[in-house]
Amino acid sequence: MITSRTEVVVGRVVLIVILILTVLPLLSMLSAALQPADRIPTGFAWPSDPHWENFVTAFTVGHVWVLLGSSLLIVVVVVPVSLLFATLAGYALGNLRVKGGQVVLVAMVLGLTIPFEAIVIPLYYQITSYGVLNTQWAIILPLIGLYMPFGVFWMRAHFIGVPRELSEAARVDGAGILQEFRRIQIPLARPALSALGILLFLWTWNQFLLPLVLVDDPDKRTMAGALGAFQGQYIDTLPLLFAAALIVMLPTIIVYVIFQRQFVKALLQGAVKG
Amino acid sequence: MSRGARRALLAGWLFLLPAVAAYLLFVLYPLLTAVQYSFYKWNGIGASTWVGFNNYVQIFTDPTLLAPIFNALILIIFFTVIPIVSGLVLATLIRDMRPGPFATTARTVLFLPQIVPLVAAGIAWSWMYAQTGTINQILNAVGLGFLSRSWLADFGTALPAVGLIGSWVLTGLCTVLLLTGMGKIDPALYEAARIDGAGWLRLFSSVTLPGVRQEITVLVTITVISALSSFDIIYTTTKGGPGTTTLVPGISIFRLAFVQGQVGLASALGVVLLILVLAVVLPVQRISREKD
Repeated sequence: MITSRTEVVVGRVVLIVILILTVLPLLSMLSAALQPADRIPTGFAWPSDPHWENFVTAFTVGHVWVLLGSSLLIVVVVVPVSLLFATLAGYALGNLRVKGGQVVLVAMVLGLTIPFEAIVIPLYYQITSYGVLNTQWAIILPLIGLYMPFGVFWMRAHFIGVPRELSEAARVDGAGILQEFRRIQIPLARPALSALGILLFLWTWNQFLLPLVLVDDPDKRTMAGALGAFQGQYIDTLPLLFAAALIVMLPTIIVYVIFQRQFVKALLQGAVKG
Repeated sequence: MSRGARRALLAGWLFLLPAVAAYLLFVLYPLLTAVQYSFYKWNGIGASTWVGFNNYVQIFTDPTLLAPIFNALILIIFFTVIPIVSGLVLATLIRDMRPGPFATTARTVLFLPQIVPLVAAGIAWSWMYAQTGTINQILNAVGLGFLSRSWLADFGTALPAVGLIGSWVLTGLCTVLLLTGMGKIDPALYEAARIDGAGWLRLFSSVTLPGVRQEITVLVTITVISALSSFDIIYTTTKGGPGTTTLVPGISIFRLAFVQGQVGLASALGVVLLILVLAVVLPVQRISREKD
């Protein structure tokens, strides 16, 4: 508890300095992105003649439309499928309390600690043998598996909190497991599902290592994965690279601003549960 | 087992099946395969030879393979210690502020680095650290121009420089999580301690810190994992250079397997990385559980 007036002022100043440090890298990238594309940018300054067309160039040169399509395809498959699988399993573990489920749970919890780097090499050969290397499936399939530990853990935590009397009441009314799951459990799980969905979207969009290893063609990667390839191409046109980085960031920032509340809550709960 | 019970069991496992299958196929199976690869010498294309524990022996004797492990441990200072300590300070500051637009903005802005792709963060920071970049510009402006250098290319500063990018990314997460933890502490505890004559520091150490112990455990776990398995930031800023000063296991694994054709050795390094993560994370979990 800070009491004296000087301490309040010092506290504010510290906080403001930290806030400036937080946005400075992004702002200085913006200022560099607006400098002439063919020169090495110099320092942090608002250019007198901002080259906004750098964003248009980066958008066209980087095939951002194609990339958006590719990222969306990956997200649109990965997120709903992962949500479905995680919900089914979370229900079995949290509500049905299936015999032998403890083993599954322990295996999943251990899975939370596995770094992607530890399995990316065998995944490369596995994906090659499926004949889907260099396609979006090379990112989609592993991601669904990799999201299971967190997703199942998350949905199980939700279903444990739902009173079991609810299921019993539904059964007495003659509903089968499937019917009860669809009519009663899914609607109740909506907040947990949307929070998980936001997290999975963000993780997929920002995924870098898998696209780098499993997909050669930047046009078939995630946005973040393609940005890695731009870095090599734009070495002489840094302002364009910075513009591209800002374009890639933009959707995540928009989603963040729109869903800010749920977002922070989801990430925090995710942190606590994970 | 009655017929009903058997049917319930079957139904339960049918619900589990898709998740378990996806997990087995794309996590456990590759993991076991990685362990298998780690005992072979294999260039990824031709025939492979069984070499027993040779790859592991090489990891712990070859300085260029030990360097990444050592660097990853150093990164814990920047990914774990700095963000949690600054998170505690910032959370205390924000909590003691009147709730209002400033407090809300502070939270929103602090959290921003957690949202943007790490690749983009890496690109933004490589510009901050560049010879003509923002950091040197600030140093020149305040008369410390003699300190200016190409921060990511300097043997002495490259590792702390990339480490601080991690601090930048994770401080917001730590602050916001600790802030929620502090919100759950009973204000009566503070009152009681203050009546006993406790000062600011005493309040912090005997009320606030114990109150957020669980949050700190969680943060240590998450941030240590991201320190040891860091890849995106290093790949986009230094790729491990200069020399081996910023090499981390993730970069070495990538290079060994996909550039140098040493698949067995790379897999062994992946297994070592996983063991390293478990060796740090499991004790942390145990300590926090014992105290509960």
